[in-house]
Amino acid sequence: MSITYLEAIREAQAKALADDPRVYIYGQDVGEFGGAFKATKNLAKEYPGRVLDAPISEDAIVGSAIGAAIEGMRPIIEMQFADFSSVGFNQIVNHAATLYWRTDVPCPITVRLPSGGNLGSGPFHSQCMEALYAHYPGLIVMTPATVEDAYSMLLEAVAIDDPVIFCEHKYLYYHLKAESLPTDALPAGKARIARPGRDATIVTYSAMVHEALAAAEEMALDAYQIEVVDLRTVKPIDTDTILASVARTGRLLAVGEAFPWGGVTAEIIARVATEGFELLDAPPQRLNARDTPIPYHPNLWAAHRPTAPAIVNALRNLLRM
Amino acid sequence: MPSKSARPTIVSSERELYLTTYRWMLLARLSEDRLSSLWKAGKIVGGVYLGRGQEAMSASLGVHLKKGDIFSPLIRDQAGRLAFGEPVLESMQTYLGSRHGPMRGRDGNIHRGRPRDGYYAMISHLGCMVSAVAGALMAKRFQGDKNFVGATCIGDGGMSTGSFHEAMNLAGVEKLPLVVVAANNQYAYSTPVSRQFACADLVDRAIGYGFTGHSLDGTSLEKCLATIGQAVANARSGKGPQLVVGTILRLAGHAEHDDAGYVDPMVRLQPFAVDCLRAAEKTILERGWLADTDLATLRNEVVNEIDEAVATAQREPVPDAGTEDWCALSSRHLVDGNPG
Repeated sequence: MSITYLEAIREAQAKALADDPRVYIYGQDVGEFGGAFKATKNLAKEYPGRVLDAPISEDAIVGSAIGAAIEGMRPIIEMQFADFSSVGFNQIVNHAATLYWRTDVPCPITVRLPSGGNLGSGPFHSQCMEALYAHYPGLIVMTPATVEDAYSMLLEAVAIDDPVIFCEHKYLYYHLKAESLPTDALPAGKARIARPGRDATIVTYSAMVHEALAAAEEMALDAYQIEVVDLRTVKPIDTDTILASVARTGRLLAVGEAFPWGGVTAEIIARVATEGFELLDAPPQRLNARDTPIPYHPNLWAAHRPTAPAIVNALRNLLRM
Repeated sequence: MPSKSARPTIVSSERELYLTTYRWMLLARLSEDRLSSLWKAGKIVGGVYLGRGQEAMSASLGVHLKKGDIFSPLIRDQAGRLAFGEPVLESMQTYLGSRHGPMRGRDGNIHRGRPRDGYYAMISHLGCMVSAVAGALMAKRFQGDKNFVGATCIGDGGMSTGSFHEAMNLAGVEKLPLVVVAANNQYAYSTPVSRQFACADLVDRAIGYGFTGHSLDGTSLEKCLATIGQAVANARSGKGPQLVVGTILRLAGHAEHDDAGYVDPMVRLQPFAVDCLRAAEKTILERGWLADTDLATLRNEVVNEIDEAVATAQREPVPDAGTEDWCALSSRHLVDGNPG
């Protein structure tokens, strides 16, 4: 038996509903239809009255979750696509994220963001929003890269007393499979060494972990040992694990699928430069998507975001420095 | 038909509700007058936003809410906050930045509340609290509570936001026991209603949201008590969401820094420009519910209450950056470490 990344998300939600009467799911088409990607398939039937279709109103969906959380519920909100969370952005960053600090009342909401590019998805169904949310105080931002993390981190997100932005990657939904669901997991805030190495470190997260692993595999043909760090949560960011890896390799490449200005890769470089400058044998490098909207056509899309060959190129440059 | 002996009881309860609500209006007006003085004396940083002219509507909502209800007041709801149970001390503590107040100097002025007690702390973005109250009502329904309502307030300006439209529609779809009290006070900051909306009457929107609509002369305390009381009773008895639109004039600037010089002098002559507090006092005297001397005594009592609150808040410690814990998460182990 094998389970996909998407099925793991569905299973985590089923477990959350089964284990905790405070949990409910609210979002567009999540009810009987089971969600645009089927992440809530059959849940409305299995948990009557607790998996509810919402109007196309991202602001009000998030706002309602905040009120429900204040009254003791644990809402899981599905944004149909991460891109549309921009409409609920204000409620997330100005209301949910400020609530605990202002009033001493925590805001345990989980907002699921089906993120990232997929073939033919274009400018409005492909975005990676993690850096925007990570910028704001009061939010936790998760970016699982594996089936196991999709499952365990979503359960952890629901259990956390603060708002969690759960960036699940659409490209991984069907491509990624595991043999079974995990029974234990690293806690949120801890990065994972996805592949050990000694010549250079790639720090990345979400779908780019798999592009980085493919690049590392190719570099291994030339006897380079590339270490890959999977951040798992981008906020908080596990600076200790990053620095420990750079201490081993002396070289850093930060890879992200989001737009290049600012963002997670910039944060990684900044932290290593300020806290581990002496560990570096070469200037730290970063590789991101291009600074344009995300293109529709596959020929353009393949060149817009980092891929394994682009990461190999960046690594070769880094190793020559 | 009531018997002759029962009649005085009814009058007495009408009188009692009217006078109780009037007292909240008076406390709101005089406490805000004090806030204005404190601001002018440089004792308050940031804005001071007054509910002058809106007290009858606001207090009438507050007195009809009960323990277990949810209330999310907006900018001009000092009267409703007091009537819902907020001690006047807490407004002084928040404006003066007391560490003992509900916001502990982290937020100020009208951005205050105690969400654990069903009393929500508004954010500045208009319309946002409507869906929060809607969600709270969904939660209460999930939890099997009975006989509860949620209430929030908005103005002619806030009703233009997308957030407001989304939340009203959602509350209508969910048939929630929500009461939204809208004060059409003719100006959103400086923008007159002619530049704010194009419908004939804001209450016409109720039908589009699936709400029951109520129009109200917001200058009349008697009408406010009756109409808002009815709206709350409707919501409580399962008749779905209710929108009350009251017409008034904002009898102050947007905030105390604003002299409202843009208000059309002709607008000030309209019937809705009447001061609801003065009108209520006139009614009280005309009906013989209180004498002039009683009103003066009441006023002194209220002033003393405010004096005491201001003195207490001024004695309390203000926040200290060195001992502030600077932590935006309740999950302390997940705070991002050492970002530089």
